[in-house]
Amino acid sequence: MTLPETTQLAGRRRARANGWAGNALRFLVIIVTTYLGLLAVTFFIGRVIPIDPVLAILGDRAPAHVVERTRELLGFNKPLYQQFYIYVRDALTGNFGTSVLTTNPVMADIRRVFPATLELATFGTIIGSLIGVPLGVLAAVKRGSIADQIVRVIGLVGYSVPIFWLALLSLLLFYARLKWVAFPGRIDIVYEYSFTPVTGLYLIDSAWQGQWDVFRDVFRHIILPASLLGYFSLAYISRMTRSFMLNELAQEYIVAARAKGLSESRIIWVHALRNAAVPLVTVIALSYAGLLEGSVLTETVFAWPGLGLYITNSLQNADMNAVLGGTIVIGSVFIAINILSDLLYRTLDPRTRAR
Amino acid sequence: MMHSLNKHARMLTAGAALSLLLMAGAPAFAETPADTLVQGWAIDDIITMDPGEAFELSTAEVTANTYSYLVRLDLNDTSKVVGDLAESWTVSDDGLTYTFKLKPGLKFASGNPVTAEDVAYSFERVVKLDKSPAFILTQFGLTGDNVTEKAKAADETTFVFTVDKAYAPSFVLNCLTATVGSVVDKKLVLEHVKAVTPSEEYKYDNDFGNEWLKTGYAGSGAFKMREWRANEVVVMERNDNYYGEKAPLARVIYRHMKESSGQRLALEAGDIDVARNLEPGDFDAVSKNGDLKTTSAPKGTVYYFSLNQKNQNLAKPEVAEAFKYLVDYDAIGSTLIKGIGEIHQTFLPKGVLGELDENPYKLDVAKAKELLAKAGLADGFSVTMDVRNTQPITGIAESIQQTLAQANIKMEIIPGDGKQTLTKYRARTHDIYIGQWGQDYFDPNSNAETFTVNPDNSDEGKVKTLAWRNAWDVPKEWTEQSKAALLEKDAAKRAEMYKDLQKKVLANSPFVIIFQQTEVAGYRGNLKGFKLGPSFDTNYVFNVSKE
Repeated sequence: MTLPETTQLAGRRRARANGWAGNALRFLVIIVTTYLGLLAVTFFIGRVIPIDPVLAILGDRAPAHVVERTRELLGFNKPLYQQFYIYVRDALTGNFGTSVLTTNPVMADIRRVFPATLELATFGTIIGSLIGVPLGVLAAVKRGSIADQIVRVIGLVGYSVPIFWLALLSLLLFYARLKWVAFPGRIDIVYEYSFTPVTGLYLIDSAWQGQWDVFRDVFRHIILPASLLGYFSLAYISRMTRSFMLNELAQEYIVAARAKGLSESRIIWVHALRNAAVPLVTVIALSYAGLLEGSVLTETVFAWPGLGLYITNSLQNADMNAVLGGTIVIGSVFIAINILSDLLYRTLDPRTRAR
Repeated sequence: MMHSLNKHARMLTAGAALSLLLMAGAPAFAETPADTLVQGWAIDDIITMDPGEAFELSTAEVTANTYSYLVRLDLNDTSKVVGDLAESWTVSDDGLTYTFKLKPGLKFASGNPVTAEDVAYSFERVVKLDKSPAFILTQFGLTGDNVTEKAKAADETTFVFTVDKAYAPSFVLNCLTATVGSVVDKKLVLEHVKAVTPSEEYKYDNDFGNEWLKTGYAGSGAFKMREWRANEVVVMERNDNYYGEKAPLARVIYRHMKESSGQRLALEAGDIDVARNLEPGDFDAVSKNGDLKTTSAPKGTVYYFSLNQKNQNLAKPEVAEAFKYLVDYDAIGSTLIKGIGEIHQTFLPKGVLGELDENPYKLDVAKAKELLAKAGLADGFSVTMDVRNTQPITGIAESIQQTLAQANIKMEIIPGDGKQTLTKYRARTHDIYIGQWGQDYFDPNSNAETFTVNPDNSDEGKVKTLAWRNAWDVPKEWTEQSKAALLEKDAAKRAEMYKDLQKKVLANSPFVIIFQQTEVAGYRGNLKGFKLGPSFDTNYVFNVSKE
């Protein structure tokens, strides 16, 4: 290796390192501005709504002097920008304040409710993609056939029917009439005090501890809301899979594979789907993130103690600390899922890997 | 690759089959355990379990079942009280000193003995913490500086309470039946107090266990509070140290359920034993179901609308009277509030001392027009009403809008969330406000005060009663009469004074009172002894059993 060559190589390395640092920096800047923007918007909306936050905390029946004292104690008489500054300063030290509704620190509340949503959303996404992807592939392969039409109708219904209506109807059918599933909440009261969750994901906890009767009960509680959410994301996923697959199946490498004499199933499932999987990951990740936000309506109908219900309740009670905390968590979930799907991209698509 | 994908497909099929199996193996009918009562109830108003701080309706029920007071309302005659922890009491001749003798051998759920010392400490922490319900005790002249003198233990079982004026004994005793009068376990609470740096607003060096009691429990009631998880569940368990008859049920669970339809489904399926928030349609369906029963009881809450006297049109007395003739009481009673309320036009709810069962107003458009003409408003006027988005309030507001239109009054409904309309109401910037008022404690003074006392009608006024919120400068004699009734020792005479006040307010005030709330519940047929009480803090569950 000659000298110029090595310097060239080092230069390229340096350039790449600089590129990495630049990327990381840009990424950091984006995250920080996203968070700040998120906080500022939620904070100011929360303060300008025509609801007296002290009233929200104390209720209608509190005497006047208690109201005044609380207003002072919580700093609501300070100018808005000072209140925001105090909030951001506390948030940076990990103190997101106390929820007035539950009297717990906001982060403790979120730690309690988030697993419920996580479990539901994960289960829902698994159902949605395990069924949605094959359906989409089927529709693409049998394009224009009856099967394609059926998948289209399934998707259309999932798109257009309001989920709370579907939820109430399915409750009526599977719970009230057929008695196949359980309701309400995550677990039957019989088990509520004999079962100690560890991770907060009840299915995993009960299976881990070998409490199969609890597992069965938890499963009967989660299956209906998860199926509904699954159906909701299935509608989207199957449509997108179909269009990605159509795109891939029209490519030349498919013709080449056919010419090589590969079996049709190998062409579809290995060659085409493998390539369609790259954009599909984004679709599934976004739909997962959407469910993680907490599906407010589903959680309300099923009395599911998750993040969506928590934030809605807080919002209705003008419990701004809880709303802000929840917003940050949702923002973080979105960012994390974006990073994760980026990483998945790298594994699935060789072109994006660092050479 | 092919191989692994096939494996996935196989796992998928296996998973689907497994889930079908699990679902098909479900039992036909869900049933709650025989020793447990499960109630479906909207409990999202609970913000604390500390009886010295809580002032919410749902908490009141839990506190009433888990704590003991000195005296309790007599459910057979709610104008009287009976002893709870107190075996007997005497009032000194000057009417200032109340001496309570405790029952012997009382114990807290923790096993600690109940002494007069605990009662004194309970009073002390309420007054010093000075939270929302504290005024129920401080109105007797208690302050942080004098409470240890005015409410103290004379010996182990004698508690002496000194008030600042010779109040009607019925008033003092009624106030002590409020949940703020709960007796806490001093020894237990002291183990959990948190140190606080004294400040201008709060002069004491500890929090009297307030933080711990928000979710903790230190009482001696028929049940003990085991757990409260906000918007999820409240769990109570039988207290085996209770002095009275032991509750037949080992456990009572309040499960947070917001939706009436959801409660009905769960009740029909047997997943809950009692549904507490049934709307008229669902209540009707439950009452027709042979497996289920229903019950109802009038509550101390009245629904009314009020006219802000800052509005020049509304300030005319004829206009206020005309409004009372422009409500279709019959239609509202037979449809909108069917089963959940009863037409009631006076400010004291049924069941409380001095109640007046008089409903003189009917829809009479001609009479109203006559009154409006007298006020110089024969052509009507435009006005707004702040209406919260809940039934039956919205429905009633719409009904009023229609009847007002018949007298040429154009009323615009401004819909809003409950907290939003309330914020406006408290700032006195509304025209007309429609809402409900629940009495703070089971005594006529609670409502008489808010409807008839307004010592300073300026925007800076410190006593922010409903009269103040509507900028109504109450005639001085009425305020005086309301205050005099507080000092009337003869309960019968006292009742008469309130009746007279109600007649005056009925004839001449900016308040149009429409109905009194009835609380309803649907429950499973195998429950015995399930009853709703006359107030939110008398919905007792310690007599309930299952067959």
